Amino acid sequence: MTQIRSFIRAFSKIEGVAVAGVLALLYVVFIMTSPEVFTKPRIYTSFMQTISPQLIIGLALTFVITAGEIDLSFPAVVALGGFMFVWAYNHIDGAMGPWIGLALALLVGAGIGWINGIMVAHLGVPSIMATLAAQFFWYGVTILVADGKSIALTGIRDEPIYEVFVGRIQGILPDQRGVPVGLPAQAVWALAMTIFMWFILNRHKFGEAVMFIGDNPDVARVMGINVEATRVQLFVMMGVMAAFAGVILTLDINVFFPTQGEGYLLPVMAAVFIGGTSIAGGVGVIVGTFFGAYIIGSLEAGVVASGISGYWVQLVKGLVMGASIILNILLGEGRIAGYSEKLRQWGVPMGGSSGSSYGGGNGGDRASIPEAPPPDAA
Amino acid sequence: MAAEYALQMVNIEKYFGRVCALRNVNIAIGSNEIVGLIGDNGAGKSTMVKVLTGVHRPTSGDMYIAGRKVDPRRYSVKRAHEYGIETVYQDKSLGEKQVLWRNFFIGRQVTLPFGFINVKKEKEIAQEIMLNTIGFRGRGITVDSKVSKLSGGERQGVAIGRAMHFEAELIVLDEPTVALSLKEVRKVLDFVHQIKVGGKACIYISHTITDVYEVADRFIVMDRGEIVGDIRKEDTSLQELDQYLLSYSHGLRDRAE
Repeated sequence: MTQIRSFIRAFSKIEGVAVAGVLALLYVVFIMTSPEVFTKPRIYTSFMQTISPQLIIGLALTFVITAGEIDLSFPAVVALGGFMFVWAYNHIDGAMGPWIGLALALLVGAGIGWINGIMVAHLGVPSIMATLAAQFFWYGVTILVADGKSIALTGIRDEPIYEVFVGRIQGILPDQRGVPVGLPAQAVWALAMTIFMWFILNRHKFGEAVMFIGDNPDVARVMGINVEATRVQLFVMMGVMAAFAGVILTLDINVFFPTQGEGYLLPVMAAVFIGGTSIAGGVGVIVGTFFGAYIIGSLEAGVVASGISGYWVQLVKGLVMGASIILNILLGEGRIAGYSEKLRQWGVPMGGSSGSSYGGGNGGDRASIPEAPPPDAA
Repeated sequence: MAAEYALQMVNIEKYFGRVCALRNVNIAIGSNEIVGLIGDNGAGKSTMVKVLTGVHRPTSGDMYIAGRKVDPRRYSVKRAHEYGIETVYQDKSLGEKQVLWRNFFIGRQVTLPFGFINVKKEKEIAQEIMLNTIGFRGRGITVDSKVSKLSGGERQGVAIGRAMHFEAELIVLDEPTVALSLKEVRKVLDFVHQIKVGGKACIYISHTITDVYEVADRFIVMDRGEIVGDIRKEDTSLQELDQYLLSYSHGLRDRAE
């Protein structure tokens, strides 16, 4: 009995376990309602393809929200980053063209992030206002420089950069009706970045600074953290990763269009919040963002494939997001432990051996409930 | 380390824009002296603490720590830590949503290459501090507990334990007992006695005159950014000190100045 309880308690402490459970439940429902789609690998590779850019942005946004800030300008960075890449690819001849394009895109992302960071950290503009203005401005710049038109990337599939970032890795997933199904390379990139960012947030000085700043900037300051510099670095990172996501998206669909990234704003934020990162700052859950991105990205296709009318998609999204967040709060605040405390008070028997953790404390002022004798006394 | 003074401030001034927060502050804190810093709200106590702990840069004046002159332009919280100045604040010493072991090492982590944190080492040392310096036993609090689960006294215990662990030469306690129960205030005062026994220096800031009187060797009184009184404990009694302070808060001394 005690072992099971302590197992459940330990299990619930594993990062992102609640969201992973929601995702698993979701896929079980999908498999039951439309087995012909959800027992085959192709739907999953399609998810990996579409979700990866959102996940990459979500990882950076997790840091930003953990620091108690927000960034609304990443859709514009996705668009302008994509444009820079396409522009360099079309204007610079030779094998280096697309790589210069990538570097240019990341540089522009860093620049936009730096300006956001300066506005927030040094001019004291609240991040929601600074980045909202940035979103309009840089989206406007993208429309101007692209002349409002979409641009095709002819021949990009023959470039090595295509294989590296959005190619298909064969031989890992099972075939579908004899046709080989490749694993999208961007999913591998996104997974590697998830692991890397987990270490940066949880095991690196930068991540610790971000958490303390989000928790209480005054504490961070008096403990010797350079709050302003960290905030600027944070927004630069956000810009770079959004631009990288933009390049991946552009590569994947072989075309740049000025409104790309527009549809990312709410899903990416939803993914971060579903994952358990608190809007209040101080706590960031990278693993949660990973599963959150997959939950949000799978819902639409899943609901439609289940045969329910597409009109239900938004409603289901809202439902799943609400349920995930409530679950996170229940687990995160240790209320599960509170419930088992209640059970004990109601006289549900529990094993011995837990005396040490409850003994000692200030028992004196509690009404005297007769204590059960230790097991050996019987 | 045989310096006569843990800290000296010479003609320190601090302006925020055109507002003068500190004027002509001259202080010397002995290397094993407990100094009570008292004064009404807005007297400049907190500003002075922030200057000496590296949070604010003084507008002008000189500072000497353990006899060594400090370059104000290169002085920072990190530098202050290196010089052995530790601060325990009323409420902003700890990140509440963070686990204890992170709070012990924030700002001066034990690191592996590339700035990654040596979590195992940090937890070991944190455990050591909790058991031996602070004396947390049982109670269900571990190095993995979040600060929000701790009582106010326990939080101050953590902040003080941290200061002791990093071998502070001068510990600044800025209103450490606000919002604490009497029993917990007792613990904090006992710790201040420990500082004296341990041969270190301390600046103790509090509104509770009885507490200050108990622990301090000397009292420095501030009013409107200036030091207006410097009284040794043997030259005064609790009543006299209390009367003296009341005269300031009622503005009776304005004309005399």
